[in-house]
Amino acid sequence: MSSAIARPTTGRGLPRRLVTVSLFLLPALALYALFVLLPIVQAAHYSLYKWNGLEPLTNFIGLDNYVKAFNDKGFRTAVSNNLLVIVLSLAIQIPFALGLAVLLNRRFPGRAVFRLIFFLPYVLSEAIAGIVFSLMLRPEALVDTGLTTVGLGALIQDWLGDTHIVMITVFFIISWKYFGFHMILLLAGLQGIPREIEEAARIDGADAVGVFRHVTLPLLGPTLRVSVFLSMIGALQLFDMVWVTTGGGPLNATNTMAIAMFRAGFEKSQMGYGSALAVVLFLFGLLVALAYQRFVLRRDVEGAVTAYNG
Amino acid sequence: MSRRLRSFGALGALAILVAACSGSGTATQAPATQAPATQAAATTAPATPAPASEAPSAAPVAVEWWHITTGEPGKTIFQGFADAYMAAHPNVKINLTVLENEAFKTKLATTMQSGQAPDLFQSWGGGIMAAQADAGMLKDITADVASWKDTVNPGAMSIYAYNGKQYGVPWDMGMIGVWYNKALFAKAGITAPPATWDEFLADVTKLKNSGTYPLAIAGKDKWPSMHIWTYLLLRGGGSKALTDMIQSGNWNTDACKAAGNEVLKLVALNPFQAGYKSADYNAEAASVGNGKAAMEVMGQWAPSVQNDQSTSKKGLGADLGWFPFPAITGGAGAATDGVGGGNGIAVGKNASPEALDFLKFISSPENANKINAANMGLSPVAGTAASVTDPNLQAVLAGRDKATFMQLYLDQATSPAMGSAINDATVALFLGASTPEEACQAITTAAAAQ
Repeated sequence: MSSAIARPTTGRGLPRRLVTVSLFLLPALALYALFVLLPIVQAAHYSLYKWNGLEPLTNFIGLDNYVKAFNDKGFRTAVSNNLLVIVLSLAIQIPFALGLAVLLNRRFPGRAVFRLIFFLPYVLSEAIAGIVFSLMLRPEALVDTGLTTVGLGALIQDWLGDTHIVMITVFFIISWKYFGFHMILLLAGLQGIPREIEEAARIDGADAVGVFRHVTLPLLGPTLRVSVFLSMIGALQLFDMVWVTTGGGPLNATNTMAIAMFRAGFEKSQMGYGSALAVVLFLFGLLVALAYQRFVLRRDVEGAVTAYNG
Repeated sequence: MSRRLRSFGALGALAILVAACSGSGTATQAPATQAPATQAAATTAPATPAPASEAPSAAPVAVEWWHITTGEPGKTIFQGFADAYMAAHPNVKINLTVLENEAFKTKLATTMQSGQAPDLFQSWGGGIMAAQADAGMLKDITADVASWKDTVNPGAMSIYAYNGKQYGVPWDMGMIGVWYNKALFAKAGITAPPATWDEFLADVTKLKNSGTYPLAIAGKDKWPSMHIWTYLLLRGGGSKALTDMIQSGNWNTDACKAAGNEVLKLVALNPFQAGYKSADYNAEAASVGNGKAAMEVMGQWAPSVQNDQSTSKKGLGADLGWFPFPAITGGAGAATDGVGGGNGIAVGKNASPEALDFLKFISSPENANKINAANMGLSPVAGTAASVTDPNLQAVLAGRDKATFMQLYLDQATSPAMGSAINDATVALFLGASTPEEACQAITTAAAAQ
């Protein structure tokens, strides 16, 4: 690319190149603009109106929908629930997946079977997993009878009905669904680490913890950072599992931003307000993504970009 | 010079080309619209020996019909209506789209946002239908149904009218009441269904002491308990007070708070089934259908859903009974006032005369009797009561026909935003998370934001 620019242009070469480039870009660009950029702009536009989705777009109310969103107790619960899932995912789900990946990276009989078993939940659709769990978690159903059988009947809770614990229940179901995905990602990362480096460390006298702490973990960094990133974005967009198991209830206890948006738009026919919530959710996602790229992923991305420019 | 000339020439050629294109465009358009007609004449000719002069009426017409009767036998019966009509009118093609309730609502909303509406689609009348009519998505069928509208129960018909115009036709209209398990009542030593709210509360205690869950509700779906609250409001405050609250948007009234206090009396008895906070309506129906809970306050569809959701798929059978919601002693409302509603078919803005003719066909006594006989609903078509054979549904029908006042389900009579606020506010009462004052204030606030 740079060599092309350095060469004195003949007056025809550059435009022709540009035409070729834009011709090849056009289809992808048009689709991206039509299905990604335009809807975002539209949502931002709708969010400035009070609109039920059917009538003409006439009732302009400025930023009132955004003011309403931050005064809405249900939406504030939604934001804090999303943040809670992010924190719990990073604190529990990913370390758990990492531990399993390290275990399954060792050689032992039946390793492939275990990998398959742990990855299986991820293959299930969210709706099916949600329905199965809500059936199992019903009072006097599988989970409760199971606990009673092993003598832990005292631990039984109204898993999906008690507003104090329902969010933890939901987090457990999400983790069950997604730990296998992160485990596979990390496992792939682990397998990319050359054995010689670990061996060299061991020969130099490092113990198992030392090897993991100072060799494996740093080399697993890029994979781990991508895993964390996907987990955060997934937590922000949380919808399916919650919708199927609790519908955001009881009493908004498991509300998430995506659920608040869906309910405003499709249940209450407040398309303007729903669009405002969608924009807020989008900005949250964008902010997290940009900040993460800027401060965390830069090390990984930089290499790729430099190579491209060079 | 030559260069400039050439570009002028090119421009001229371009202009001719554009003209030619647009010319040919309009030229081809005319035959294109005629093409289907000729094709139709050709295809219908062998089937019906009718002469070609009848071509206009025999032109093929497609009718889009969306309904939500996903269960049997209703699904087959609706398909049967379409098949019978298509057999009699070979030029009409009725395309059925059968959707699950929630999926239907979402799909209809997105379709209407794109400016389209199916010809015929499921409707509950009330506030949502009014919003659709305001948006110009519905067809005013007042004149079209004038010749046969008197064959349908006027109260049921009025649910599908808005600002004096008819936009749809009901095929099912019933009344909410209390469905109960006779065997569990007998076990608890209750000899007759309660006639007053105080008796009802006493019976709840008796049922609880006999070791069953007295009442099933659905905390996840919210609306089942909302109907209990509406009845308490209607019985205590009366139909006029309720109508005033809906119209004024001021729910900070004594009648509203009194209804909330009656709910709290019920909640204090801890009468609900295990897991009621997170139960959806299917789970509620299952606990009644499996004989675990003794009562539910529900509409005419309750028996079929109980059967469907019960482990045996047969429900309670002869043990199932129905009684009207009890009266409140000293309350302003009549014991014969009801909360009701049902299912109907709304007519989309571009519906053809064939679609309306099919609607009339569905509303014929012959087809209404099929709806009744299959326990799909209670047809509002006059003279079809005899085809209701189930004694419980006969009781519901009797209640409907002698109702002194009929309030459409509150979450459907009002706008979607209001309905949602009413459901949220009332379920909070039943889950013990709100005071009556807070509930009434929440509904008033939602009304003010309209």
